[in-house]
Amino acid sequence: MPSKLTSKKVKKTKSSGKSLFSERGPVMNGAEILVASLEREGVEYIFAYPGGCSMPLHQALTKSKKIRTILPRHEQGGGFAAEGYARVTGRAGVCMATSGPGATNLVTCIADAYMDSVPLVAITGQVPQEMIGRGAFQETDFFGITLPIVKHSYLVWDINDIPRIIKEAFHIAQSGRPGPVLIDIPKNIQNQTAQPVFPKSITLKGYNPVRRADEVALQEMLGLIATAKRPMIYCGGGVLSAEASAELREFAERTQIPVATTLMGIGCFPETHPLSLKWLGMHGTVYANNAVNEADLLLAIGVRFDDRVTGKVEKFCEHGTIVHIDIDNSEINKNKWVKLPILGDVKDALTRLNRALDRSGSKPLAKGYTRFPAWYRQIEKWKKEHPLRYQDTPDAIQPQHVIQLLCELTKGDAIIATGVGQHQMWAAQFYNFTKPRTLVTSAGLGSMGYGYPAAIGAKLGRPDKQVIDIDGDGSFLMNVQELATAHIDGIAPKVIILNNQHLGMVVQWEDRFYDSNRGHTFLGDPKDLTRIYPDYLGICKGFGVPAERVIHKKDLRAALQRMLDSKETYVLDVMTPYTEHVLPMIPSGKTYKDIITE
Amino acid sequence: MRHTISILVENKFGVLTRVAGMFSGRGFNIDTLNVGPTLDPEISRMTIVVRGDDKVLDQVNKQLDKLVNVISVEDFGDTEYVDRELVLLRVKADSKSRADIMQICDIFRTKIIDVQPKRLAIEITGSESKIDKFVALMEPFGITELTRTGKIALSRLK
Repeated sequence: MPSKLTSKKVKKTKSSGKSLFSERGPVMNGAEILVASLEREGVEYIFAYPGGCSMPLHQALTKSKKIRTILPRHEQGGGFAAEGYARVTGRAGVCMATSGPGATNLVTCIADAYMDSVPLVAITGQVPQEMIGRGAFQETDFFGITLPIVKHSYLVWDINDIPRIIKEAFHIAQSGRPGPVLIDIPKNIQNQTAQPVFPKSITLKGYNPVRRADEVALQEMLGLIATAKRPMIYCGGGVLSAEASAELREFAERTQIPVATTLMGIGCFPETHPLSLKWLGMHGTVYANNAVNEADLLLAIGVRFDDRVTGKVEKFCEHGTIVHIDIDNSEINKNKWVKLPILGDVKDALTRLNRALDRSGSKPLAKGYTRFPAWYRQIEKWKKEHPLRYQDTPDAIQPQHVIQLLCELTKGDAIIATGVGQHQMWAAQFYNFTKPRTLVTSAGLGSMGYGYPAAIGAKLGRPDKQVIDIDGDGSFLMNVQELATAHIDGIAPKVIILNNQHLGMVVQWEDRFYDSNRGHTFLGDPKDLTRIYPDYLGICKGFGVPAERVIHKKDLRAALQRMLDSKETYVLDVMTPYTEHVLPMIPSGKTYKDIITE
Repeated sequence: MRHTISILVENKFGVLTRVAGMFSGRGFNIDTLNVGPTLDPEISRMTIVVRGDDKVLDQVNKQLDKLVNVISVEDFGDTEYVDRELVLLRVKADSKSRADIMQICDIFRTKIIDVQPKRLAIEITGSESKIDKFVALMEPFGITELTRTGKIALSRLK
């Protein structure tokens, strides 16, 4: 394991009597120094597509015994795979590309990681220093292009800076509110030689991610809970980033407050728990949306009041008192003004709240909640009136049914990746997530094509788990080339394509808001409507990947089982009707009262 | 409402673009921006005048603080501070108008830094309102060129 390697290195350094503050390595070239620095960060995998300006880096990687280089078939696939790895492990994913087009193909991944706060280190080759700014072959100002979508970035200008920059990059990417860090490194620096000095520690004058919640504010929050009648917890990806799921559960069980997560927060609280209302937002449950909006006290933990969650933000939880705990000061009062802002690390805040609750005698209860009886009754009523539901059919396969069946067959224990669209929402609605870091989805940016490469990265991060990409035919096609990556590298994520031959979510909006006029949302062959197009079985055959198609409901269970039993990556092409809509739905910019349920 | 914000930044590659890009990317308006060295060669100071309501200002400060290269953010807001701006301008001046111009210059304690047969170059420092008044008085004579540094500021409380 990488962590062991790192700790060994530390010991060795100490025993060999070298400086406590840094470690001097043998003379190497810049590319080798960079790889050696990555090894020191415990990097296991790098998703890297070579090109002219990153060749020295690839040469150095061939000599690494600690880092396995995975060759994606498109840089975007590599970037999403690195994100998938980061999402399931919590450690930074690493991707690499050459200058120019290689780098620009990473832009979507970097933007995606920025929106979803994913620790990502992206390394790009750059043209030699003396060529920068001259319009050299495959030159782009990648530092400039990515400025608005990175947590931080570097253009390496001196070979001696490499070890420090790598150490800083991982620290910045993984601490505080995680995010993407870019390192752009000119080719001539990769080829220069120097004796590297690997720093033990770094100091960043303008970056202090350690935030401890104010004790008085935490006490005030407990005071608000003491007088609340209809309290709700609204929690998100910040809980997962802080690895605070256990603390959150304890807090909910001690206070007996019901919990709704965001899409990003799915898995941070078990959806099978009696206090769970699953998730809220545009396609969240009616009861979660009702409860959060009608709460008299809303505890917002590790969230950012995204428009897909709040709808019309001025009306969101309009009459409730809002407490917001977050590690990123700029999220506080950004989208929604709150009564009690608490700047701090979520895990630390929840731990201290739990301790205070313990002192006041609030013990955690796994069930049998009695503290807010009228509120629980109201929520139960909403749950009964508006459960997540769909109209099942005898022969045609409804997409929701596929996901329910998958949940049953995997006992809710798989890691699910998704593309973007209807299938993504159904996967989030009908799979019951009980553990943190088990849903890998592009939530903020909504990047189609995310699912399959992210599943590849997730499978590498969690080889012990069944990893399944629930995808749409549109999304899957966008990074279909990654079948080669999985096949050749022997990585075994599974794929279910919910194939309705359409861009389902856009079709749904066309049906609701554009009189069903189809604006280029049909993905099949208009010249032959009886034909399933493209032929994913044929595509998979070309890649050497086993696949099968399911059209009838009676065949589904056995087919899913065959997919799950496969030792290698496997594609199940499930034909579903395109007429199905994701419900419930709060139209964009509306409130929970405008929710559409049929 | 206009606010004067003073930030210390690490003197590193791309830091100005990063700060300026944050403003444009988040839809904030910069009135003036001044960058210069401090006593520490590794640190620069930027003085930024921003237009916006309290909500915008709150976000501007937090977003600036979030940038890794930004070491500290000081929003002068309603606190006690002094600010100055330096302006160089060239104004048309012939034998008839020169005396009038020089009299106004005296009142405003400006410096005449270049004299040509038909032009005068003037240096003025001061608060924004003083400079605005002076510029307005010069306009009838015909300003041919003008360059302003933008505001720089210091807190009185330290």
